[in-house]
Parts: sequence; structure tokens; C-alpha cells
Amino acid sequence: MTEVLGHQVAGEPGAEDRRTPLHDRHVALGARLIPFAGWVMPVQYGGILAEHRAVRLAAGLFDLGHMGQVDVRGADALPFLQAVTTNDVAALEPWQAQYSLLPNERGGVIDDIIVYRRDEGDGYMVVVNASNAAKDVAWLHAQREARPGLDVSVRDASDETGMVAIQGPRAEEIVARLTDLDLAAIGPFAWARGTVAGIPMCLARTGYTGEDGFEFYPPIERVGELWDALLEAGAPDGLVPVGLGARDTLRLEARMPLYGQELGDDISPFEAGLGWAVKLDKGDFVGREPMAELRARGVPRKTVGFRLVERGGAPRSHYPVRAEGREVGHVTSGAVSPTLGENIGLALVEADAAGVGRPLEVMVRGRPVRAEQIKTPFYRRRRNAAPPAS
Amino acid sequence: MSSPQDLRYTRTHEWVRIDGDVATLGITDHAQEELGDITFLELPEAGESLTQAQPFGVVESVKAASDVYAPVDGEVVERNADVVDQPELVNSSPYEKAWLVKVRLADPSQVDDLMDAAAYEAFAGEASH
Repeated sequence: MTEVLGHQVAGEPGAEDRRTPLHDRHVALGARLIPFAGWVMPVQYGGILAEHRAVRLAAGLFDLGHMGQVDVRGADALPFLQAVTTNDVAALEPWQAQYSLLPNERGGVIDDIIVYRRDEGDGYMVVVNASNAAKDVAWLHAQREARPGLDVSVRDASDETGMVAIQGPRAEEIVARLTDLDLAAIGPFAWARGTVAGIPMCLARTGYTGEDGFEFYPPIERVGELWDALLEAGAPDGLVPVGLGARDTLRLEARMPLYGQELGDDISPFEAGLGWAVKLDKGDFVGREPMAELRARGVPRKTVGFRLVERGGAPRSHYPVRAEGREVGHVTSGAVSPTLGENIGLALVEADAAGVGRPLEVMVRGRPVRAEQIKTPFYRRRRNAAPPAS
Repeated sequence: MSSPQDLRYTRTHEWVRIDGDVATLGITDHAQEELGDITFLELPEAGESLTQAQPFGVVESVKAASDVYAPVDGEVVERNADVVDQPELVNSSPYEKAWLVKVRLADPSQVDDLMDAAAYEAFAGEASH
């Protein structure tokens, strides 16, 4: 039994699992394919460690065809999104994006999302996690129906929208070979419409690795063409395809949350360390009241980063965590960090036990292994320090 | 897949090399392929006892921790310190440098329960489809 990005996966993908348009390419590349959130996805091609290092040192290419895209349009798209997300959508200029959350009525989280704004009057694209896509779309429809006065449409655009990402210090120069767009003008969490490899699409400077890079949204029937063009253009720079295994270790080092581990229906964003994505003063929204109450009262639990300070195996999600001999929480995510060469993890613990420098014990297969709480992110890329192309 | 002819194999993907009354144990090439990059090993010390079909150690890869099962009963006479220090040997040399432990066989007839190379390859080939 293997756990990848929060999903227990075992055995082979079944006939009922959906395939992305890149499926045959993954097979040809020798990928190991696993069932993931109802899809057949590559977990690794050449090996998780090698793929992880390629993204940190050069660039990696990711098939994200399993993720969902939701189109939100209409004169009242902004007030609708303000009501159903936690971040302040009004702060978005055209062609900017923001990380946000879909809250539930109890102040927990239905999903973490990115909201992309298009031109004035042209609405928004909301990108959601594969594992939550159907639930999110149903929830957004229900929320729209609960607000009959609003002029807004919610449409699942996943079946027509492809998604591929390139991430790593060499990403920008690789993409620059395939487009006339001024990539330098697209800042972090900005996006643009343009032509890449002869294909009209939107591309965003967003990602899930802690590196610079882009996420592409081409028409779904041209995803294969884009994938091939990127792999060919980036091969001299060391661009390699990267599976879900390295995607998980990359995002963990960058302390990016994973729904189902750091986030869930019964975890407050303030407990998950995502209070920065909740704007309590923006006006009312789903779950605002319980979130504000919890914040005023003080959160009972906190998400902390730790490293193991002795050998004993890797921390993995759901392992119990103790402080002073008493169980105070559990590991939400853990791994051997390929970049740091240490066992690292995130844990949701009682607030009293949290504090950088304070000790914890992680129960690895029933045995306590000493850990120390450390600052996160575990890894932060050096800005503007990409080595020049050789 | 080419499994050494002189070894015997389990359905849980361990191999055994018999030399007199001492058995050397490891995990197969197929197993290391399936597990991916190995990052940590937990193995018994000399003097500890193994029971056939029971877990005696743990192999961790980047994504998972997996038990290793004893192919035979026996007492550990040596554990491979090199592979504990360099778990990646399991990936690069599963049948040579990455032996895990040597055990003194309690009942040599148990070896007859194990598969030969041809039977193991047929079994592992089936399991991977």
C-alpha cells in the first residue's frame, strides 16, 4: 500500500479510472501508473528522487489533466465568489490570480483553489483539486441556486481545458523559446492569454513546487502537442517529466498544503496556517462567523513543521505525535526531503505544544522518534539566482 | 527480469541464498523496482529470531514503508551494516551488495517451500499485470 498525495493507492488502475490526453505518452515514457482520485496518473518515470532534483536544479514537466477548471461568469461573478471563497477576490486586478479556499458552513475547508481573473466583465477561472472536483462543482451550483438574485453562471470546463505545468529554475527560458509573449511581464500569480508552441491558450505563473514556473491551460485536444513541444524544447536544459510522487515531496518542502492532509472539512484554515488566505473583513462569506469566533478565542490546534533528529524511519501522515510523553496530534504529511536529506514533516498539534525549537516525538511504527520543530517552508528557492543557460 | 538461478524466492518478493546451514536474505529486483528509491531500512540485530512468513524488517522508499517477511525460521548471525548506511544499494545491487541479514536455519526443509527462479518469475510477472 502506497500513499501518494493523500490517496491510498494499491495495485493497478482499473477500467473505470479516467485517462488524461497524455496517457499514451506516459506509457511510452515508461511511467509507473497508479489510480489517483479516479484517474490513471503517473507516479514516477525515472524515479522520485531524480525527478525531484530535476525540478529544483533544472525543470520538470507535469501532467495535471486530472485537475478541474470551473468557469464563473456573469455580472455578479465577483459578489458570488466573495461569498463562497475566503480570500478577497475584489483585490484581484484583471489577469491576476490568488490562492484561496472554499469554506464550509462550519468554518472548515471544502477545497483549496486558485482563482484567476480574466478581463473586466469576462469572469473568472477557478482551478480545483482532482479529488474534490465533482464535490466542488456540485457545491458551487448549490451555492448559486441559494442566491437566485445574483446574475452568475457556474460551469465545469474541465472536459475542454487541458492542464500542464513546467516548474524549475530553467522553466522560463524553456517557455521563452516557444512563445512571443513577454514572460517577464507575467509576475508571480499573474497570467496571460497568448500563443505557446503555436497553440492559443492561457498560461499562469503559478505552481505547486516552490519553484518558478508556469501552468498552461490549452484546449484539451492540443495538450499532447504542447507536451511534446515543451519536452523537446527543454531537453537540452534537463527538463524531465515528473510524476505525482515528486510533486508531493516538492510541495511538502515548500510547505504547500495538501487537501485531505493539512486541510479538511474539520480543520480551520487558521489551524492549517492559512489564515493569510482568509480575509475576515472583506464582508460576509460562507463559514465566516465560526472562523472569526475561533480566531478570537484562539485556535486549539496548530500546524507545525518538524524534522526528525534521530534515525528511525520517515514520518508519514497519520503517525501520532507526542510531547512530554502525551499524544498531542498527528503527522499530516512527512517524507525524506530529497533537497535537505532529512526526515521532515508537518503535524497538526495542540496549540500548547507548538513552538519553533520545541521537541516532539513522532511515533514511527509504534516507536517514538525524537523531532524538533523548525521554521517553514523547509525549502525556499533563491530568487533571480537561476544559473545562466550553458 | 533476470532472477539469479541459484536463489530461492518467496511470494512476498524476498530471496534466499543457501550456504550450508546459513541463509542469506534480501529483496528481489522486482520488489525494489516496485518500491522505487529506497531511503531507510530497519533490520534485526544478530541474535534475534526470525519466524517464517512473519515480518522481520522494514524497507522504506520515498513513498511507503513495507514489511520484509522471513522466508525461513532462524537466528540472525549477521546483519549488513553497509546496506543500513546506504539503503540505495537495494536499488543498485539487490542480489549482491544489498543482502539484508544472514540467518542460521532452524529447519532446512523449509527451503523446499520456496520458489525457484522460473517459478518466481512466472509469479512476479503475473502479479505485475
